[in-house]
Amino acid sequence: MTASNQTGAQPLIELQGITKVYGTGQAAMHALCGVDLCINEGEFIAVMGPSGSGKSTCMNILGCLDTSSAGSYKFKNIEVNRLSRNQRTRLRRFYLGFVFQGFNLLSRTTALENVELPLIYRGTPARKRHTQALRALETVGLKGWESHTPAELSGGQQQRVAIARAVVTEPEILFADEPTGNLDSARSHEIMDLLTGLNRDRGVTVVMVTHEPDMAAYANRIVHFLDGLVASDKANGKDTL
Amino acid sequence: MIGNTLLLALREIRRNVMRSILTILGIVIGVAAVIIMVTIGGGATVQVKQQIASMGSNLLMVTPGKRMGPGQSSGNIPFKQSDAEAIAREVGSLQSVSPVSSKSVKAIFGNQNWSTQVTGTDNSYIMATNRSIKSGRQFTDSEARSGAAVCIVGETVVKKLFGGQDALGEKIRLENISCEIIAILMGKGQSSMGTDQDDIVVIPLSTFQRRFAGNQDVSMIQISVQDGVSTEKVQKDIEQLLRVRRHISPSDDDNFNVMDMKEIASMLTGTTQMMTALLSAVAAVSLLVGGIGIMNIMLVSVTERTREIGIRLAIGAFEHEVLLQFLVEAVVLSSFGGLIGIVIALVTSVWLAGILGVPFVFNAGIVLVAFLFSAAVGVIFGYFPALKAARLDPIEALRHE
Ligand SMILES: Nc1ncnc2c1ncn2[C@@H]1O[C@H](COP(=O)(O)OP(=O)(O)O)[C@@H](O)[C@H]1O
Ligand SMILES: [Mg+2]
Repeated sequence: MTASNQTGAQPLIELQGITKVYGTGQAAMHALCGVDLCINEGEFIAVMGPSGSGKSTCMNILGCLDTSSAGSYKFKNIEVNRLSRNQRTRLRRFYLGFVFQGFNLLSRTTALENVELPLIYRGTPARKRHTQALRALETVGLKGWESHTPAELSGGQQQRVAIARAVVTEPEILFADEPTGNLDSARSHEIMDLLTGLNRDRGVTVVMVTHEPDMAAYANRIVHFLDGLVASDKANGKDTL
Repeated sequence: MIGNTLLLALREIRRNVMRSILTILGIVIGVAAVIIMVTIGGGATVQVKQQIASMGSNLLMVTPGKRMGPGQSSGNIPFKQSDAEAIAREVGSLQSVSPVSSKSVKAIFGNQNWSTQVTGTDNSYIMATNRSIKSGRQFTDSEARSGAAVCIVGETVVKKLFGGQDALGEKIRLENISCEIIAILMGKGQSSMGTDQDDIVVIPLSTFQRRFAGNQDVSMIQISVQDGVSTEKVQKDIEQLLRVRRHISPSDDDNFNVMDMKEIASMLTGTTQMMTALLSAVAAVSLLVGGIGIMNIMLVSVTERTREIGIRLAIGAFEHEVLLQFLVEAVVLSSFGGLIGIVIALVTSVWLAGILGVPFVFNAGIVLVAFLFSAAVGVIFGYFPALKAARLDPIEALRHE
């Protein structure tokens, strides 16, 4: 936990002994076997590790999209595992942003409407919602593409819409599970620049899964997963101490 | 929040035009079919009832022959006018007794001709068959006795021979006699059997016997029973009297037939009511088929919709918000479909009623039932698949294949 001791402040997220078991009995599959992890505000973390090591499972638990089998997950010192379904929804709605490898945009729905969606659930008034969504799309470099549907956009553009949707609510932390997994190298670097910008300029904490060292290089801390455990966790050489 | 939900629901409907149209279509067809069938069926029943009422349900028809329909009297001893007079004299509780003989005859006026039914009878026949004179007068006693060449004609005959012109006082040719029109009957329209009741020429019985038949026979005796009197009792009395007059020994069957119009009437109403029930059953099936169509569409789209639910949950929608959106979608689609169905059904019913010549009877009950059923179908098939998906963890819904 070298990198987590940089600041004396309360960590944003604290995982302790998080396990996740899929199935029961003979077929039980231990995807996470006791993960400990601290995430501080303002960090840009890259999560790496071989396929099947539990990265996605851990991200889904962090993003409150899934629940752990055992262990403690504290978000801002609140025990998430004790929250009700609706309280966890509220966490997603107001504090967390999530970017999926497969984009998960609503099909046949314009980029603008996709980005507006989280604001609708937040109850943002129409006019404000509209300007915020437009600004978010502009931030990800999609000015002029607002009325295009996912089918009319390239993979890179779709991922940028997804990022715009995740950040339009100005979340405290952004989780991205292999955001560049489906993109070619040039598009991938654009996405990384975008995430780096959000982290540096807006102070958004970013946790990103990737298996490409090129992309991990953008982060200031790299966590390695192996067989459902954190195998190593160190600061990225470029900007530590 | 309701406003937002409505917005989300309407966006989703607009996005999936095809799915929405198919859903609406299923409901439209079901609702329209049910309403049309029931409305037309109801109209037909009402029409039959009206006609029976206008025919006079207290009517008895006495025909010669054994247990056969009217007109099938060949080979049997016909009645005479004296039989009718005997019935009038000896059977109580009667309003009128009309001896009737009729024949199909070509009527000619100028260069117009028209084949019609010439009926020889007396003045009481007009009232007994619920007809009335629109203009002109009845037969006088002397005309009736002497067999004068006078006639009372129905509206159809006037229309066919005279166009729109006044026919009263004109002379028309029936076979080779020239007959003066002394009255025109009030229009009566079609009978429940589809015959035109205004296509008729009435002449005195004696005229008919002398100039058309050449004998003293009466082919049918039409009897109108006083209101509130049991026709069964009267029927029995007439049968007894006629058996005596026709010298039938106790061991022999009647060689005549006394028919109660009430029997015919209830048979006819029963038939139309059964037809309505049958048609309604067919319509209900089509409503069900529409419902199954909707279910199909919903099931086909369930994967996509489950992912949609996963996305909504993942970006912070509450379970109840997602469900409310699906409920609103289902209700909007099915009530829209229901309303279109109702409009189509009413327009079609009015049009069909016109073509079939039955009255348009608005049945608010069936409209309501069809509408509620369509709404229920939409809600059940649109909402319940969503109910399952919205209870999942977002990641499970997103993973749905
Ligand atoms: N829904 C699931 N049901 C059963 N096993 C699962 C499920 N999701 C993931 N797993 C298993 O859990 C392990 C970790 O998966 P995952 O977190 O997706 O790994 P990674 O993202 O690092 O490739 C894998 O062995 C995978 O097979
Ligand atoms: Mg993964």
